[in-house]
Order: sequence, then structure tokens, then C-alpha cells
Amino acid sequence: MTQRTRNWLLLAPAGTWFLVMLIVPLTVVFIFSFGERAPSGGVVLALTFEQYANLPARWAAFKNTMTLAPIGTLSALIIAYPLAYFLAVKANPRWKTILLVLVIVPFWTSILIRSYAWIFLLGGRGIPALLEWVGIEGLRLINTPFAVLVGIIYGYLPLMVFPIFVSLDKLDKRLLEASSDLGAKPWKTFLQVTLPLSIPGIATGCMLVFILLMGEYLIPALLGGGKVFFVGNALVDLFLQSRNWAYGSAVAVTLVVIMLITVTIYMRLISRLGASREDVSIM
Amino acid sequence: MTKNIDHISKKELMDKLESYRKGSITRRHFLNVTGLGAAAAVMGASVPGLRPQPAFAGDIGDRVVLATWPNYHEPANFDAFTDATGAHVQVNVFGSNEEMLAKLQAGATGWDVYVPTNYTFEDYVKEDLIEPLDISQLPNYDPSAFDARYAEAGSVNGKLYGVPKNWGSTGMAINTKHNGGNAISSWREFFDITMDKFSGRTIVHDYQLTTIGSALNAFGYSFNSVDEKELADAEKLLIDVKPHLFAITSDYQPGMRNGDAWLTICWSGDGKQLNSDMPEIAYVLGKEGGEIWSDYWAIPKSSERKAAAYALINFMLDPNVNVKEVLAHGYPTADSRTYDKLPDDLKSDPIIFPAQELLSPLEFGAAVTLTDPNRAELMARFKSA
Repeated sequence: MTQRTRNWLLLAPAGTWFLVMLIVPLTVVFIFSFGERAPSGGVVLALTFEQYANLPARWAAFKNTMTLAPIGTLSALIIAYPLAYFLAVKANPRWKTILLVLVIVPFWTSILIRSYAWIFLLGGRGIPALLEWVGIEGLRLINTPFAVLVGIIYGYLPLMVFPIFVSLDKLDKRLLEASSDLGAKPWKTFLQVTLPLSIPGIATGCMLVFILLMGEYLIPALLGGGKVFFVGNALVDLFLQSRNWAYGSAVAVTLVVIMLITVTIYMRLISRLGASREDVSIM
Repeated sequence: MTKNIDHISKKELMDKLESYRKGSITRRHFLNVTGLGAAAAVMGASVPGLRPQPAFAGDIGDRVVLATWPNYHEPANFDAFTDATGAHVQVNVFGSNEEMLAKLQAGATGWDVYVPTNYTFEDYVKEDLIEPLDISQLPNYDPSAFDARYAEAGSVNGKLYGVPKNWGSTGMAINTKHNGGNAISSWREFFDITMDKFSGRTIVHDYQLTTIGSALNAFGYSFNSVDEKELADAEKLLIDVKPHLFAITSDYQPGMRNGDAWLTICWSGDGKQLNSDMPEIAYVLGKEGGEIWSDYWAIPKSSERKAAAYALINFMLDPNVNVKEVLAHGYPTADSRTYDKLPDDLKSDPIIFPAQELLSPLEFGAAVTLTDPNRAELMARFKSA
């Protein structure tokens, strides 16, 4: 067996997987997006741009996704960074493993059940009732964009913590000592040494969270009460309720294109910030 | 027909009611939400060790998959079926007929029994998705026991496709505590009060038939209208009312129960369940009209366990079993044999069996409302507005 054949054989499982589970479905969706809705639902193949012309009817869904996904990613980053920093740099090594496990523990329960718990926490008998007790009245949390944001940060925080933790954990502590020996104040050391060296982790974490958020369905459905609508929710409606597969496909293709463009711009920005492309481990 | 035709004892009835009362909350947590709750049930059922052991090895297989609506069954009946046949009942919960149809159109659902509503049968037959029923395999089915109004939609072109499960109405549930102890009586009031002192407290269904239907009723139009001008009026009303809504969801019991929501479009059985637990919640029918409906037991053509499907339907048609279903879900039965077994206070319950003059303005859903693309798109626009 030549080196070449062996390489191909080793690549075959992954290649087949990508072909069958990614390329073929995407092609089908792309073809459907030029079709029309069949009379009792589904799709009739055609060559029309009608579905794309109708995209503005889902403007609100795209707008919600394109605002809450970046806000959610940034909020998760702001909350995750100090936590990851503490775990990697400050935490007593004896406790480190236990603390890391604690970050993962929520993943042992389904996101559905965890989000359902937030319905009760954010509902009228949860946090608003506690606030009423200290004098803040009439606060509505559940079924608002804020509730969706809380659910997003809660659900995606571990995905942000781990990449940042890994890049901070790898950080050579002697660099920090060197910086300090050369007279840098702690905050300057952080800004000039720690932060730049953790950019690969930040970039990976943001990418993971952002991409998943763009396709989010469950959290807005549960905590937004059907009123905070993401593209994912619009897609579920188009395929399961109004059964307009052609229009649904056009919305899906548009979402994929928007994500490709956003991610490309994002990669450019990151590499300009100093991290080389290879450092972002998921690309 | 059945070996055991005894009425259930008073004590057994009280026990049932009590267990329903205690059990209902936990059941709801997991069954409802988006229908995704079913995933938990599926996962549980797929672990062999978690399945109940059959009393004897039946020849209908080890399971039967049921696609149904939320808060719609007495779980103890499923356990009894498993004890009797060895087949475990796997329950998938859905929020609308549209969703069920979409899943069946896409193929490979794995369902054996489902519970479609009257207005969907024509399409299921047209699309060849539904199995004609072999009545010889349903010895508990006695056509003469059923009120024809709630049974006729199960037959298309003289062929039987569905046997009646129960019927019900679609009205509204209001927490009267927040309206000076008073209920409201029309869909016009429903939308007016939502945009006024109930702002942020009202739920409409995530279901085009009932949500658009209610808005049409508020204008005095037909619940089933597909007229463009009338639909445009309904859309304008829905878009105006949207900022005042608490939620758009067919899972409205949790919100009503914990006090976040005060008013909702409501199916009569949910109305009964809410009213039993919280008497301040009233269930009323809109005087302009609304929906009257009948759900049926049916078998999708794609079922691979038809023997198990027939066995489950036949089991549920047993009046002794069905009466427990009625006590659990609170919907009226069209089966006179089951009706006779109900306790007297339920027979005269105004929510379960409303007076005829209240029922007369109600309409059965029409086949065209299921497939009309404009209604479907209107609902989607309203939700993403």
C-alpha cells in the first residue's frame, strides 16, 4: 500500500461523513430554495427567485439573531474570562480539577431541562418575586430579550471558559515574572503579555459560541415565549407549521451565507490582532 | 364486548382525581414545552433496562409509538396496556396538526398511532398517509354508541380512517381575580382587554387555526375564513396585539397556573383542568363563535407495528379505560357507553358539556384552513413581526 492510498483510506470515513451529512443536505437545501411551495405543503422544484425576494418578511428574525448572537457572545466572554483566568492562574492546583469539573457539571443535564428551570426562575414567582420583596415592583423578566440573553449566557458559558482556560493554562508563568522584573505593573503585564497570549482561546471560544448561537432555537423558544424570534425559530415554523420548504430553504441558505461572511471577516480581524490563523483551533 | 363492564367505584374515582391532581404538574413539565419534551420519553424508552417488564410475552411486539397532544391521557392506562400486552407505549407530544402533518409528509416518523383532528382527514387521505381501519381488529368499537357529529369526519369516501377519541371546544380561560371577579364573553373583549388592562398577561396559541380563527371571530367573520380581506383584518389585529402578549405558545397551563398570565386561548379540557385546580380561572366560549372539534384515533400508513397499533386503539376504546381518560383530560366523550359511566357531576359540568345554545355558534375546522398557504404565512409573519 502506498503512502497515498493509505492517506486516502484514512480520510475516507471523515470524507464520507462530510459528503453524506453536509455536502448532500446543503445541496438539497440549495436546490429547494429555488422551488415553490407544493399545494398541501412541501416543495415543488422550479427555478424561481421568488423565495429570495420574499426574505424581507423574515427581517425581524434575522435582526434578532444578528443582535442577540453578538451580544450573547460578548457577554459570555466578559463573564468567562475572569473565571478562566482564576481557574488557570490563581486557583490552588489542588482544587483546580474539582473547579473545572464544576464548570462541566451543568452539561450532564439536558439543555432543555436547564432552560426549563430558568422559566421558573425568571417567571413571576421567581426572581421578580424576590425583587418585589426588596421594593422593586412590576418587573417582567420572562419572555423578554433579556431572558433569552440570560439563557444564552448560562447555556454557553462553559464553551467560552474552556478554550480561554486552555490558552491561559499553557501560558508560561516565567513570562509574567520577567515582565514584572522589568518593572511592569500587574495591569500592564496583563494587557501586554497575558491578554495577547490568550487571544487564540478568546477567538476559539467566541467562534464556538457565535456559530452555535446563530442557529439557536431552543432558548428563544423557551425563554422568549414565542415573541423573541431567531432565524432558527423561523425555520422550524416554515418547515413544521406552514410547510413551505422552498421558502424555508431560502432562509436557511441566507443564514449560511451570512455566517460565512461574518466568520470570514472575524477571522481577518483576529489575525490582524496578532494571532496567526493556525492558533484558532477550530478553523 | 368487554369482559368487565363495572362502573368504577366512588373510591377509585376519588383516587384517580387525587392522583391526577398530584401527578399533573410533573407530567406537564416534561410533556409540554415545544414537543421536545418527548425526547426525554424517547430516550427513557430506548434504554431496555428502564422498560417495564411485560406480564407475558405478547405477539404484538415490545412497543407502540403514539403521537398525541399535551395533557391528553391518563398515564396509568398506558401502564395497564403494557401489563396486559407487554408492549410499552412511547409517547411523542406535538403542538399542532400542521406539525403532525409535516412530520408524516417528511416520512419515517416511526409512529403507530396518532390523534388527528376532524378537519385533517381529507388531506391525510389525499396524500395517502393514513391507513384505512380494519374494524374486525377493533372489537371495542361500536359505531352505534357514537354521536355522529363527532364521528363522521373519521370516514372519507365511505371508508373508515379514524374512530372518535373525544371532542372539545376552543374558548378562552381567564383569571377572574384580575377582572373584579368577572369573566368575559367574546373574542372582541379578549383582544380589547389584552390591549388595555391585561397588557402583558395574555397568551395566544402557537397554532394558526385557533389564533387566526379567534382574531377572525373578533370581527364577526367565520373561524375558517380564507377570504383575503378578512385575513388582512385579522392580521392587523394580531400585529397590534402582539406587543401586549405574554407569550405565543400552545403550552399555556404553566403560565396560567403560576400567575404570570391571566388570559389565554384555551381548549376545553385544559380549561377544565385549570378550573378544577384554581376555581378563579373560568373557561368561557366566545359568543361570536369559535371552534368545536373532534379528535380521532388513527394509524399512519407508515406504521411498522400495526398489530400493536390496533391493540392500543382497541384498548383505549374500552369504556372502562376511556372513562379514566376523560377523568384525566377533562374533554367530553362522544361514546355513550363511556358517558354512562361518568360520575353525575361531570355529566352536568358546564365546561365539559356546555349548553347547546353556547355550542351552536361554534364551527368545525374546515379542510381548507389546514392547507391554505395564506393562513400559514400570516401566522409565520405574525410570529416573526
